[in-house]
Amino acid sequence: MDLIANHISHHFGDLAVLDDISFTVSSGEVVAIVGPSGCGKSTLLSILGGLLQPTSGAPELRGAPPADSLNPLTFVFQDFALLPWATVAENVEFPLLHTQLSAVQRRALVEDALRRTGLTDFRKTYPKQLSGGMRQRVGISRALAVKPAILLMDEPLSALDSQTRELLMEDFVRLLADGGMGAAYVTHNLEEAARLADRIVVLSRRPGRIREVVTVPMTRAERGETAAREKLLALQDQIWSLIRNEAIDAEREVQHA
Amino acid sequence: MLDRATDTSAKDDTTRRVRFRGAGFVPASSRFGGWIALALVIAIWQAAGSAGIVNPLFLPAPSAIVRAIYELAMSGALWQHLSASLLRIGVGWLLGTAAGVVVGFAIGLSRLARGVGITFISALFPIPKIALLPLLILWLGIGEEPKIATIALGVFFSTAISVYSGVDAVPRNLIRMAQSFNVPFATIVRKVVWPGALPAILAGFRITASVALLLVVSAEMIGAQYGIGAFVLQAGNLMQTDQLLAGVVILSVFGLVVGKVIGWLETRLLHWR
Repeated sequence: MDLIANHISHHFGDLAVLDDISFTVSSGEVVAIVGPSGCGKSTLLSILGGLLQPTSGAPELRGAPPADSLNPLTFVFQDFALLPWATVAENVEFPLLHTQLSAVQRRALVEDALRRTGLTDFRKTYPKQLSGGMRQRVGISRALAVKPAILLMDEPLSALDSQTRELLMEDFVRLLADGGMGAAYVTHNLEEAARLADRIVVLSRRPGRIREVVTVPMTRAERGETAAREKLLALQDQIWSLIRNEAIDAEREVQHA
Repeated sequence: MLDRATDTSAKDDTTRRVRFRGAGFVPASSRFGGWIALALVIAIWQAAGSAGIVNPLFLPAPSAIVRAIYELAMSGALWQHLSASLLRIGVGWLLGTAAGVVVGFAIGLSRLARGVGITFISALFPIPKIALLPLLILWLGIGEEPKIATIALGVFFSTAISVYSGVDAVPRNLIRMAQSFNVPFATIVRKVVWPGALPAILAGFRITASVALLLVVSAEMIGAQYGIGAFVLQAGNLMQTDQLLAGVVILSVFGLVVGKVIGWLETRLLHWR
């Protein structure tokens, strides 16, 4: 199943946020979306996932999702969006409650998702008892439980410290390794984009337009190796040079919120 | 000038401890402090009464109040008055709370209900509900109904306000998360909005419990044969200050018990906080 951004534009009142964005996230592909602050990255992801109506254009799906997918387009949120009154297992089970699955089937999916994210021993823990990294693992586990075709990840690591970010990036590489899941990955962190994405969509400053689409010329497994570090840094430099001036302008912009 | 300053700092090689400047205002409550203070006040009050410093007609000693409560309990009058009040509070509070929760959720979840509901609540909430008792007596007769209706009205408005404020306070990101998983509306209300609004709803219960107590006493003072409010008023009219204060103490104990019950509910239902 492919996810297509088909000429998406969006305005908040008079403020143009996105302007004619078109690209495709093909089945099993990871596409990072980067750009200066306020370029509409998260807005674009909300539109792609059906949580915001675009002013014009539309998100589209091509092809059938995998037969066992319970929620083909699944979000992983920046702020984790966990139910604080539910345990880890209950949070992971939450999106399964309204499905036709029996309690036994639900439990099997939950246990599998917990195992894949290393949360099996934390199933009865409440979110407030967990560190930021573990909370995001619960968010990822919840997303995995519904067997998504495409993950929509909205800055999933930006609320975490750098060491936890590194660990979770390794988890992402592992989870995306078999190519069964695609992802649209919004981030302001160019290292994450270069480490995880197959292609990187670089947006301009508001209104966000596609400036360039950069293909990462390595497999994700290769990128973990020391030899690849230099190439990745060069790639990050290339993307940063596209964004830098606009990032400075964006930072100096007076907010009129 | 600059050179001299440098010289001075260079010579001054004594070590000094950095003065502790505070860790923010953190008032710590001691476990027994409050009870000790209360016991102290009662002891001084008792001593003043026993020594004849205070006229017992104006302020009877605590022992006299305890005796009055004991005699009321033994004669059965205490239960007669208390049960009348409890019935009115119980029924009125339950009716007002049920209606308030339903209307509060409707206002919190529906645009139409919000438009209509908030206008009505804003207009009617400030009215002291006890002022409506005469009208309610006209409508419902002189039995229990107008008193119960007065309490229910008072409880209803506070509950509706705390419930829709609670619903508004449910983090939108949780609702968006649920929608992103195609969770149906009813499940979102049951599994996200209700538990998310529960802290505000329980906090509202504390307020409505005291509103109900205030209104039952007022209503009973206006027109009732039995009830703690009626009893306090009669005792006042007969200058039986020990009986009057016995009634006040019973009201205070009732308020404390209700507070404890709500506290227990909060611990049970909001253990995740």
